[in-house]
Amino acid sequence: MPALLVSRPASCLVNPSPARKIQRLQALRLDALHKCLNPMTQSSVPDLLSETEDLVVRFAGDSGDGVQVVGQQYTLETALAGNDLATFPDFPAEIRAPAGTLFGVSAYQIHFGSRDIRTAGDDLDVLVAFNPAALKTNVGDLKPGGLLVIDTGAFNERSLKKADYDFDPLIDNRLDQWRVLAVDITAMTRAAVVDCGVSTREAARSKNFFALGLVLWLTSRHRETTREWMQGKFASSPAVLAANLAALDAGHAWGETAELPPEVGAVHVAPASLAEGTYRNINGTEALSFGLLTGARLAELELVYCSYPITPASNMLHALTQLAQYGVQTFQAEDEIAAACAALGASYGGSLGATGSSGPGLALKMETIGLAIGAELPMVIVNAQRGGPSTGLPTKTEQSDLFQAVLGRNADAPVAVVASRSAGDCFETAVEAVRLAVTYMTPVILLTDGYLANASEPWLIPDPRKLDSFKVAFHSDPEGFEPFSRDETTLARPWVKPGTPGLAHRIGGIERADGSGNISYDPDNHQLMTQLRRNKIDGIANDIPAQGYEFGDESDSTLIVGWGSTWGPIQSAVQQLRSTGMRVASTHLRHLWPLPANLGSMLEQFDRVIVPEMNDGQLVKLLRAQYAIDATGINKVAGQPFRIRELVESINKEVTT
Amino acid sequence: MNAPDATALKAKDFATDQEVRWCPGCGDYAILKTMRKTLAEIGANPDNTVFVSGIGCAARFPYYMATYGFHTIHGRAAAVATGLSLANDDLDVWVVSGDGDSLSIGANHLLHVLRRNVDVQYLLFNNEIYGLTKGQYSPTSRPGTRSPSSPTGSADAPVHAVSYALGCGASFVARAVDVGSAVLGDVLKRARDYRGASFVEILQNCIVYNDGIFDGLTDKKVLADNTVVARHGEKLLFGKDNERGLALSSGGFGIEVVTLGENGITVDDVLVHDETNPVLAGLLGKLGGPETPTVVGVIYCQPRATFADTRRDSSSVPSSERDVPDLSDLNAVFHAGTVWEVN
Ligand code: SF4
Repeated sequence: MPALLVSRPASCLVNPSPARKIQRLQALRLDALHKCLNPMTQSSVPDLLSETEDLVVRFAGDSGDGVQVVGQQYTLETALAGNDLATFPDFPAEIRAPAGTLFGVSAYQIHFGSRDIRTAGDDLDVLVAFNPAALKTNVGDLKPGGLLVIDTGAFNERSLKKADYDFDPLIDNRLDQWRVLAVDITAMTRAAVVDCGVSTREAARSKNFFALGLVLWLTSRHRETTREWMQGKFASSPAVLAANLAALDAGHAWGETAELPPEVGAVHVAPASLAEGTYRNINGTEALSFGLLTGARLAELELVYCSYPITPASNMLHALTQLAQYGVQTFQAEDEIAAACAALGASYGGSLGATGSSGPGLALKMETIGLAIGAELPMVIVNAQRGGPSTGLPTKTEQSDLFQAVLGRNADAPVAVVASRSAGDCFETAVEAVRLAVTYMTPVILLTDGYLANASEPWLIPDPRKLDSFKVAFHSDPEGFEPFSRDETTLARPWVKPGTPGLAHRIGGIERADGSGNISYDPDNHQLMTQLRRNKIDGIANDIPAQGYEFGDESDSTLIVGWGSTWGPIQSAVQQLRSTGMRVASTHLRHLWPLPANLGSMLEQFDRVIVPEMNDGQLVKLLRAQYAIDATGINKVAGQPFRIRELVESINKEVTT
Repeated sequence: MNAPDATALKAKDFATDQEVRWCPGCGDYAILKTMRKTLAEIGANPDNTVFVSGIGCAARFPYYMATYGFHTIHGRAAAVATGLSLANDDLDVWVVSGDGDSLSIGANHLLHVLRRNVDVQYLLFNNEIYGLTKGQYSPTSRPGTRSPSSPTGSADAPVHAVSYALGCGASFVARAVDVGSAVLGDVLKRARDYRGASFVEILQNCIVYNDGIFDGLTDKKVLADNTVVARHGEKLLFGKDNERGLALSSGGFGIEVVTLGENGITVDDVLVHDETNPVLAGLLGKLGGPETPTVVGVIYCQPRATFADTRRDSSSVPSSERDVPDLSDLNAVFHAGTVWEVN
């Protein structure tokens, strides 16, 4: 059988032995309903499969088409098949944009493979287009020879017109460079669910699951977990459940039994060799929520998360609200400012106050962060960066709040800033943010972005009992107490809970006298306090790991410095370039402020320092200012993550000129 | 709640060693004095008492109280206090604020702290002017107020603090005058005893930028003619000899001032104060000015569930009850949903 992916060498294999044995932990419950709907309960995998190392699949349709749901289920089945993976959900800012419009297209991309997967993939191997608008906006990303699955039932004069097509792409030759699987998914879904007791409208809604079934078959994935999920999700509506199950099975069965054109066949991607342990799929929002909670628990504090809804940070509020029983309070404040103030008030009261937002919201929180800096209280501020300025591109990703985080306050107001590199890494950076906040009595800004908030990957679940504790010791001894005395090592001031006997004292936003904390307008004191606040934050550099390399070392001539969610594409690009013999090394920053103590000497080792960022050049300026080195930026602000290819080209250009 | 020895505290024990920096003669001094005296009288425990403030002359208040105190940022004291109550709802929290702080930059937070019924005492020192920034007209300034930013007289219609608070859904609303220590002391006690957000407007004289605007309420000669002290269950009488009173106006939709013995009016025609009646509260709160007396005392008090009460069901399990210091309970969180093993 020819390969699904003509662009890759294919070998006909019969179920190759997986690199690692994958064991499903969850018992598969196939209940009676499922059985009567589908007598063929075993998921059948084609005998002959073309093997491929990795695959990029994208579902695209109207925001009402259920594209995201299908993407998530497909991701789960893929994770269970043992692949490493990365996903990129991409949706419009409008909740339900008018059907069929170009701006209303929602997409979900997944890249999975038998090797390390760091990005959601540059180009698509498979595109499922639910309507003409989805075809038009996405087909350009499909590799020549890639597989294009089209729901022909959604193609008519009206929908073509809405998508600004002045021709019918299905009857023209214009799709010739791809392998087209044109299927009337809408009609076949209707036929499949005819006995399920749903209305015609509801029947059409199941078409996403027909497509999912088909793609699961095409890529040799199981569908049991999706069936289980459906049984929970649609439990309250048996007819809809029946229809969705029927559609899923029908899509799968159709792939298997239909006389597909010879160039379209199922492929198989072997499991990746992942480190031993228990895994789950996790997106950045979940990982952040777990990380904040875990950090608070390691500090033996209650987490008080205060937030005001904003895209793409709102999901953290939802996620943490679910975790009340584990030591989290959530509070939906009246605005961004109140959210920050309530978080600070909670920290003042002896909890860990945290707040989360996105660019414009962070701007509103800044005065409060300044107060937290002056009053020297801990606080964690999560900023899921998005395109700006102002409202900008609410659902699109960007890294343009680095300056805002590091520098964006009135006066000399240093804070610690950390950034997450991947969905799973959000967990670790959140724990680190909490550690820094409570150890140094300081606000900590944690930068993620729109991509990380939604992107997902397999996560090696940590054993929470094995994490290092950083229990907070509240000050309670009245003997010689001064609210602005300092720990010799960290320079942190004591944290006193109001209510502690004998320690009543006043703090506030007016400059505080060193030691007593009383109001002080004394010029020397202000000088001293400014230095102390700066030295305290600078001192964090001695409490974080030395900066290391991702690839290469100082024997190379070029260093690529990255931060945040660009980790995946940067490292993939560097790996590629090194395989061509280029002397390029890479390092990726978690701590953006203070910068790691050894970073300056590291940068000096290289002839050339290149800083790729999804902004107009912020880290590059910070590095130039801090170390007086000549660094060059590679910058992209298109609302989309870097493609590996783009970086390879840009780095090549920089290095060869 | 009160430490046994705290009952022995005197007013001066609530004073800090910090020099009070208000202008000499400022109404804030009188309020500070009454506050210290009141806390001593009720045996408040300074270690369990927190003053939270925003920005403005009034907002310096925490520095002068020997309790816990947090001087925050302009307009946001209510939000900080809300967060503090999330962390610890056993504290006795006072928010001290001014008319600019509460009704201009922070009006949104005042609205929400009141509607949520967060258990704080919210004191609004209303001097109808911006003092700390040198005398610009404020959101409560009377029309025509001449100030550096309104040399020909302010044009904006003033906001009415008590009406605003009632409109926000406050469950306790009171008013007092800075130098009227008897009423102020009573109101502060009632406010402190109240579970929920107790809003107290304190009319305060700014001797430097808006001197004398409340003279009618403070001048001993006329005070009785201009002030009605509202006491639940008692007739709303005023005047030197309680010869006047408040009655329903003839149409029945408003309140008018009546004089006993005139036009056949007897004491039976005078309204009895019912602090649980929101309609009456709205009418009484609005009175004041040249034609009608100003009502002080507790204008409205209708207890309802507090912020902490309503959150109790859904809020987090206190660590004392959780008792899993090794974090093993988090396994359930991490492993929720579909997991798989690689070995
Ligand atoms: S400016 Fe007015 S309100 Fe402020 S301290 Fe002076 S007198 Fe008091």
